[in-house]
Amino acid sequence: MDNLLVAENVYKRFGKFTALNDVSLSIPRGSIFGLLGPNGAGKTTFLRIINQITMPDEGKVYLDGKPLHPDDIAHIGYLPEERGLYKSMKVGEQALYLARLKGLSKAEAKERLKYWFEKLEIEEWWDKKIQELSKGMAQKVQFVITVLHRPKLLIFDEPFSGFDPVNANLIKDEILQLREEGATILFSTHRMESVEELCDYIALIHKSNKLLDGPINEIKKAYTSNTFEIGLETADKNALYADLQSKFEVGPAKYKSIQDDLKLTIKVGEKDDSNELLRYLLSQAKVNHFVEVIPSVNDIFIKTVTQNA
Amino acid sequence: MRNLKLIISREYLARVRNKTFIVMTFLSPLIFVGMIMLIGYLSMLNSTDQKIIGIHDDTGIFAEEFKDGEQVQYLDLSEKDLQLARTQVLENEYFGLIHISPLNSISGKPDTIEFFGKETPGFGTIENIEKTISDKLTRKQLIDKGIDVSEIDKARADVSVDIQNFSGEKSSKMSNYIKMFFGGAAGYLLMMFIIIYGNMVMRSVIEEKTNRIIEIIVSSVKPFQLLLGKVLGTSLAGLTQFVVWVILGSALLLGLSTFLGIDPMAAQTPATMAMENAGNPKINQLVIDILKLPYASLLSFFVIYFIGGYFLYSSVYAAIGAAVDSETDTQQFMFPVILPLILGIYVGFFSVVENPHGTVSTIFSFIPFTSPIVMLMRIPFGVPWYEILISIIILIGTNFAVLWLSAKIYRVGILMYGKKPSYKELYKWLKY
Repeated sequence: MDNLLVAENVYKRFGKFTALNDVSLSIPRGSIFGLLGPNGAGKTTFLRIINQITMPDEGKVYLDGKPLHPDDIAHIGYLPEERGLYKSMKVGEQALYLARLKGLSKAEAKERLKYWFEKLEIEEWWDKKIQELSKGMAQKVQFVITVLHRPKLLIFDEPFSGFDPVNANLIKDEILQLREEGATILFSTHRMESVEELCDYIALIHKSNKLLDGPINEIKKAYTSNTFEIGLETADKNALYADLQSKFEVGPAKYKSIQDDLKLTIKVGEKDDSNELLRYLLSQAKVNHFVEVIPSVNDIFIKTVTQNA
Repeated sequence: MRNLKLIISREYLARVRNKTFIVMTFLSPLIFVGMIMLIGYLSMLNSTDQKIIGIHDDTGIFAEEFKDGEQVQYLDLSEKDLQLARTQVLENEYFGLIHISPLNSISGKPDTIEFFGKETPGFGTIENIEKTISDKLTRKQLIDKGIDVSEIDKARADVSVDIQNFSGEKSSKMSNYIKMFFGGAAGYLLMMFIIIYGNMVMRSVIEEKTNRIIEIIVSSVKPFQLLLGKVLGTSLAGLTQFVVWVILGSALLLGLSTFLGIDPMAAQTPATMAMENAGNPKINQLVIDILKLPYASLLSFFVIYFIGGYFLYSSVYAAIGAAVDSETDTQQFMFPVILPLILGIYVGFFSVVENPHGTVSTIFSFIPFTSPIVMLMRIPFGVPWYEILISIIILIGTNFAVLWLSAKIYRVGILMYGKKPSYKELYKWLKY
């Protein structure tokens, strides 16, 4: 597989504390990769290593097949979780400065900034100072600064925190657009909805260790348990429930519906048994609801973390 | 290099555009010149204000000894009753009344000498009264013992040592004062600059931390580059301010003094003394002494030691800024930074003045944390070139060492939030 970024056996210690313990990751080119983990798991340390803000104690990081080099800064765009801007500096001037630090020429930076400011309809902010803007407005400016130099690898640490739903959506669309244009995106978050929505691949870091990683579909498949959520319309719920309980592995179901159904989950031995189950159910009652239970990333996250606690 | 230039220019502009900086740069010379003018004006006022002191002399021998001066006029009230004299002094609002009681026949001295006044008289006034009476008394007693006073007067000699170095350059006590004045002013100015601009560097580091912009920047540039750019940019702002002060200050001083007809030099003691002795050959010597000061070397060494000292301290200030979360947390680290600076000033004003080439002065002009101040104070007295060279080499060497250590603390500290730093913690950071 074509990987843009590969980390091999990365260790990082601060004194006696180990922040990263033998972490290896591969981020496929053109993917949206979600880096998940509870607070303090080591995500930010890992991102800082990719950005060469801190150096790993052991292990190697490769970008585009070559070991990470200081000049690679120009190919990476990083939106840190702890982000801010100079309060008393004007928006335009500040954006220009940060863009030029990434290696853009003044004219180039100005032109691209104009494009982005028009796109996000924030042109009138150019001469305003950051302290006159709201937090969400400042976040938009930071987003523009992160993507301005068209990096191959974009790293977003909790990108949606601080955005209202409208702007969060706007930024989400921009991120998807950037992926279309060929960028690879590394996401760090503990907000599972956005992972579910955007990511193709995930990795889970907990207490400095990588617990799992891979394509999100495969991981989900691995976590399915051939369980089906069922809603049945019948005259005598209790009789039916007792009957099913004697034949299958039955559990409670928590989905919402407007029908006054008998709700339950049934686990079958193998996936192919589902048709048999459905056939049986059809013979017993009217089937209003029949869905395979697919674990959400949130479920996987909680399950894995508690298992390793 | 390209990024360093960008950082320097941003830091420079951020300092220079700051409103406080602009106000300070343009207001300070005004305030400074205004103060000198005020002092000059007041001292002129003062000299026209004459005090009248009454004398009630029961012995009848001292009253005539008090000679009227420029500032004091004496009034002999001995004929009147003491009580009457007191009322007269009070009613006419004279400055005070001296009362000398009759001579004691055994000790040959007046039993009491008193001064009555609404205000407590200054040291000078009292000293003058005491000296006048004691001189007269001494002479009287010498004459009483049959000693020819005129012979003693003849025998008394005024001595003034001509100081000269081996290359034949003459200096005088006066020129030593001048050297002290210029050296002291340079040392003091340097300390002020170090503290003001060191603080600026520290505040700007704290600002980047509290604004949370720091991580965005260090994902583009190395922390060391940022540190260096910050220190350099701020030093340029400092030099800008200094140049503006010098130009504006001297222009203002020149303009105002010709406009108002006040001699600003009147506020400075050596010059005042010179004016009083108009026509005295000593003034010529003074003017020569002032002109003879090694300005070129003084100025160039000021710049060298300013840069050296400023770099040393501002990298320490930057490390402190990186270690804390807010300015209020800096207190515990401030004292050890200010201490050597104050020590330098003390050594300068006590030891260098006493003995510019003594052991203490020499040692402190080698120690890098005090050398910029102490050496600057010594330079007007003439310091061998090799001593200056050694001192500068030590300073530069220490600069590299301190910068290296500061950069390590800085690198860790800027990304560390919410940790109350202790010295132990900082030591740990050095090893990360």
